[in-house]
Amino acid sequence: MQELLNDLLPNVMTKLPDFYKSVGETLVMLLWSGSISFVLGMILGITLTMTKKGGILQNTVIFQILDKGINFFRSIPFIILLAGLIPLTRLIAGTAIGVEGAIVPLVFGTVPFYSRQIEAALAELNPGLVEAAQSMGSGKLEIIFRVYLKECIGGIARGTTITAISLIGLTAMAGAVGAGGLGDFAIRFGYQRNQIDVTYVAVIVLVLLVSCIQLFGTYIEKKHTH
Amino acid sequence: MIRFENVSKRFEAEGHAVEAVKNVNLEMEKGKIYGIIGFSGAGKSTLVRCINLLERPTNGKVFIDDTELTGLSDKELREKRKKIGMIFQHFNLFSSRNVFQNVSYPLKHSGLKKEEINKKVNSLLELVGLSDKAKAYPSQLSGGQKQRVAIARALANDPHILLSDEATSALDPQTTKSILNLLKELNERLQITIVVITHEMQVVKEICVKVFVMEDGEVVEDGDVFQVFANPKKKITKDFVDSTSNLNKIHELIEKKVSVTELFPGECILKFKYLERSVSEALVSQISRQFHLDINIIFGNIELIGENPIGGLVSIVKGKREDIEEAIYYLRQKNVGVEVILDAGVIE
Ligand SMILES: Nc1ncnc2c1ncn2[C@@H]1O[C@H](COP(=O)(O)OP(=O)(O)OP(=O)(O)O)[C@@H](O)[C@H]1O
Ligand SMILES: [Mg+2]
Repeated sequence: MQELLNDLLPNVMTKLPDFYKSVGETLVMLLWSGSISFVLGMILGITLTMTKKGGILQNTVIFQILDKGINFFRSIPFIILLAGLIPLTRLIAGTAIGVEGAIVPLVFGTVPFYSRQIEAALAELNPGLVEAAQSMGSGKLEIIFRVYLKECIGGIARGTTITAISLIGLTAMAGAVGAGGLGDFAIRFGYQRNQIDVTYVAVIVLVLLVSCIQLFGTYIEKKHTH
Repeated sequence: MIRFENVSKRFEAEGHAVEAVKNVNLEMEKGKIYGIIGFSGAGKSTLVRCINLLERPTNGKVFIDDTELTGLSDKELREKRKKIGMIFQHFNLFSSRNVFQNVSYPLKHSGLKKEEINKKVNSLLELVGLSDKAKAYPSQLSGGQKQRVAIARALANDPHILLSDEATSALDPQTTKSILNLLKELNERLQITIVVITHEMQVVKEICVKVFVMEDGEVVEDGDVFQVFANPKKKITKDFVDSTSNLNKIHELIEKKVSVTELFPGECILKFKYLERSVSEALVSQISRQFHLDINIIFGNIELIGENPIGGLVSIVKGKREDIEEAIYYLRQKNVGVEVILDAGVIE
């Protein structure tokens, strides 16, 4: 077994510690930027939905600011965002390089997209349910949590899965500018030194990661669809 | 008791304003079933949504018993709404919750303990006849069953008022009937005031005691269901009443010269119609015997509102002229309206 691996993946086997480290870095980036983006995107998506016309907290000013701000950040390619955010990243994370330095741009790259996913998921709610909840005396917070979020879990799971998968893509890209992780590993060895087996292994790990997320997302979605 | 004082509701939508409810004054007594009818866009839903302030009137006041709802804070209003149940045309059940969870939804902050909530929900499900469906999800239920769940949910906080916006419009006639029976039973058992919006006159006939007719944002006619059906005053009300009766078809038949309407001398076509509440009597055979008339009923429709017959008959009456006249006089004494539709004249 060991020999077979040595034969098939000569370059990977000589830098296994590097490889494990890069997988760990990718996971750390995913976890941190994912969790932060999850919270922020959820808050923004909910705020968008509630403040839009006909929403239970209709507020044109807040809605317009969020709507335009999200569009602004979504139209910037991630690679440019990475460079453009360096001063801000330094300010927030203390450094603009490495895993810590990648988290700020990853969050900026993900939150606008994720907010739209949440907004789209919540838009699927039948407005009659809000009305029914109001007629039963539910307050606004109750409507957000017990009606919108509860009824839309399926759509939210779908949006979260899509976002998480695109976030994996972004972490690989962030790796290219020195953030570490699998992307960095693949570029440094697979691309720059032409060690093709390194690229393959990185791809396999990424595919596995994506598949796990997709499976989990689909499971949650199924479980909550009746 | 529900009371509206000069209630108006304007919607401003992209430049133009719609006055959905115009200066409505009305009063609904406790424990009765009221109907609201009118064509699409007349403002029925808006009017009813003003009762629980899902729609806040732009003008006027809404009172429930002696509380002015329009003057309450948000929090107080939410408490009041718990005592005003509402059901909808498309049921509006939570699809992510099963039947039990739907019905228990409004009980969350009621202060009841878990066992008390269980007991309450189970008794509500029993009330609407769905005890065996507690674990089912809405997608697994028929329309009628969904509406029963919605009714149970609307009753969870023991409301004094139940609002129903076209609650039977998406159901077949058989299911409609069973839902109407349920509403009637709830009204009798719980003394709950029920307000039903409908475009089906049949629904009004079946369960309501009073009816409001709406047109263009205004209540143009209201009153006792029997009175409104027997003597509609406004054109729109007449149209509605005619839509449930086939008596006017006779004019069409005569125009088309259908053979049943071809008369011989001594015959005439009469339309009899109940005008007042009266008890069912053997009027046809009575006039036939007393005035020596042959009466051939062409068609008719008579049904009961409460215990009183309403509707009428179209018949060919054959006999001596003075006998026919006396029979007409006799029937009018009995509060039956008689209209001569076609007269073939006396026998030579
Ligand atoms: N939220 C709203 N914004 C703008 N206009 C509205 C709104 N709700 C109702 N309207 C308008 O108010 C009028 C009355 O509407 P409403 O829904 O009360 O009628 P309805 O009698 O219930 O009709 P239907 O039988 O079709 O349900 C209509 O002209 C409608 O377009
Ligand atoms: Mg309506």
